[in-house]
Amino acid sequence: MEIQSIPLGDWIEGGLTWLTTEYSVVTRAISRVTQTGIEGLNAGLMWLPVWGLLALVALLCWKAASPRLAIGAAAGMALIWNLGLWDPMIETLTLVVIATLVAVVIAIPVGILAALSNRLYRVIMPVLDFMQTMPAFVYLIPAIPFFGIGSVSAIFATVIFSMPPAIRFTTLGIRQVPVELIEAADAYGANRRQKLIKVQLPLSLPTVMAGINQTIMLALSMVVIAAMIGADGLGSEVWRAIQRLRPGDGFEAGIAVVILAMILDRLTQSLTKSRR
Amino acid sequence: MDETRNVKIQVKGVSKVFGKNPKSALELRDQGLKRPEILEKTGQTLGLSNISFDVYEGELLVIMGLSGSGKSTLIRCLNRLIDISDGDIIIDDEHIPSLSVKELLECRRRHFSMVFQNFALFPHKTVLQNAQFGLEIRGIAPAERDKTAREALTQVGLDGWEDAYPNQLSGGMQQRVGLARALANDASVLLMDEAFSALDPLIRKEMQEELLQLQSRMQKTTVFITHDLDEALNIGDRIVLLKDGEVVQIGTPEQILTQPADDYVRRFIEGVDRSRILTAESAMRPVRTTARNGDGPRTALHRMRENSVDSIYVTDRDRHLQGLLEAEEASRAVDAGADTISDYLTQDFRTVTRDEPLQNLFAMFSEKSFPIAVVDDEKRLLGVVVKGAVLDELARAGDQ
Repeated sequence: MEIQSIPLGDWIEGGLTWLTTEYSVVTRAISRVTQTGIEGLNAGLMWLPVWGLLALVALLCWKAASPRLAIGAAAGMALIWNLGLWDPMIETLTLVVIATLVAVVIAIPVGILAALSNRLYRVIMPVLDFMQTMPAFVYLIPAIPFFGIGSVSAIFATVIFSMPPAIRFTTLGIRQVPVELIEAADAYGANRRQKLIKVQLPLSLPTVMAGINQTIMLALSMVVIAAMIGADGLGSEVWRAIQRLRPGDGFEAGIAVVILAMILDRLTQSLTKSRR
Repeated sequence: MDETRNVKIQVKGVSKVFGKNPKSALELRDQGLKRPEILEKTGQTLGLSNISFDVYEGELLVIMGLSGSGKSTLIRCLNRLIDISDGDIIIDDEHIPSLSVKELLECRRRHFSMVFQNFALFPHKTVLQNAQFGLEIRGIAPAERDKTAREALTQVGLDGWEDAYPNQLSGGMQQRVGLARALANDASVLLMDEAFSALDPLIRKEMQEELLQLQSRMQKTTVFITHDLDEALNIGDRIVLLKDGEVVQIGTPEQILTQPADDYVRRFIEGVDRSRILTAESAMRPVRTTARNGDGPRTALHRMRENSVDSIYVTDRDRHLQGLLEAEEASRAVDAGADTISDYLTQDFRTVTRDEPLQNLFAMFSEKSFPIAVVDDEKRLLGVVVKGAVLDELARAGDQ
């Protein structure tokens, strides 16, 4: 006798179809807002002359980190421009920035709540495990029925994929605040809000920043993969190179991703460290 | 104890059980079981058992016990950082165990400042911001809390360090910040949880002295926790001695030393109680001024005024002690036009020899407030012992 396989896939598909039809108004609204954001930021960054953005990034690196990083960043970006990958780089950067913003805006409050409530903590941690271990490509599939082919779907998948570290690190940062400091705040009559704003958040900031750094890195890797569902940027250059079997083009785009990643990583890390 | 003093905090029959079912543990306690048996039967720890004492307005009360005696638990029950299982704690008219969360916050802000063993300073705030913390929580305007906090920092000798961060300061200075944070807050009670225990002995002694000076200026009701009997004797107006979560004895330093309640206390004070070896001589001070029995009353009065004392020992030429002249008697002699003071002397004071055990001197002080005269075998005056010197000597002996 044959054992029936559980129709898990059918259930999930049914659920997704139900969601897309029931909440099409919502998804369309989200889609429109996100699309506008992407186009706006893209247009803004493209409007800047190449040397203008280059100088801006170099200056930021200098102020936040070191002259060395500033020189490296300028050289790296000049190379990207020279390879003719400037526009795709801007498109990728836009996607990373927007996805990170959305992820952080959701992650930090959730992280705080999970730190303060043991019950929520027990619910959220397995969900995060699920989100992080699920192969990244899988998120691309449901994104399409919700938001169609293109950049908005890419953002959706990226947000889900890159959010967990920001939540985890926020929760960890707050839970790591020494109990004696919490006791001191209590002893002076601080209420929950005061404790959070005056003690727990400032003390957990370095950890939270480390989480945001992780989120940015994950977002970058996901945005590249999202080229498979039609996201613009360096990822689509790589994707095209695969389809045409041109390893040279593929590596050029890949190196541009690496340069972008290093600039973003060093920059956010130095922001973390310069805090007391 | 002085009955007329106002009671600030009443601790009435307070018990604390660490566990899920305090009632069962307390029932066993009432049947006469002790901590280890209760732990074995219920899996719960009896942290405090039926503790009662009062804290008077303006006094420095020391709660003393070894680790595990429950002293840290007890101090946290006062401001309800730990909820008690039984009994009541009343500050002014407020019953602390029955306050709502909101009332409790208000009560902590108004009544309690706390200084912690490991300082518990906020590393992300400057010294000044740390000192302002209590005021900030109470919602005091920035300009005012800035002013108050600076004053508090001045009081603890941290002028010029306002903008430093705690990790730039030594341990002693960090605890000064902790003290400033408490003083700036101007709550009615100061709780000090092993506040000086993490400091090295010299700094510790210095901080004790400063606390006493602050205390004499401000008369702040203070509850001070320590495991160190020397510290307790040195700074406490009264001492509550805890053992295994129970009160063993409550009393002044003198009472603890001279009338230990049981063997436990006796053993405890043996470490400090050098008074068996210490003698009157070690606490003796040279006499600052004496009068001769042939002196006139005006001369004697003048000497008393010069030295700010209200009585003076009178000797003959060879320093044989003749008696004691009180300022009032001297005035009487002046009014009566007496030539010498010899008829106005009193013999109502205590004399001891230089090898009198220091311990015996306590009892003598409780009778009369005059300094005790130390004399040799021929009744020649060698020096005097004042009350403070006895305790000071004991505490110093304990340090060595």
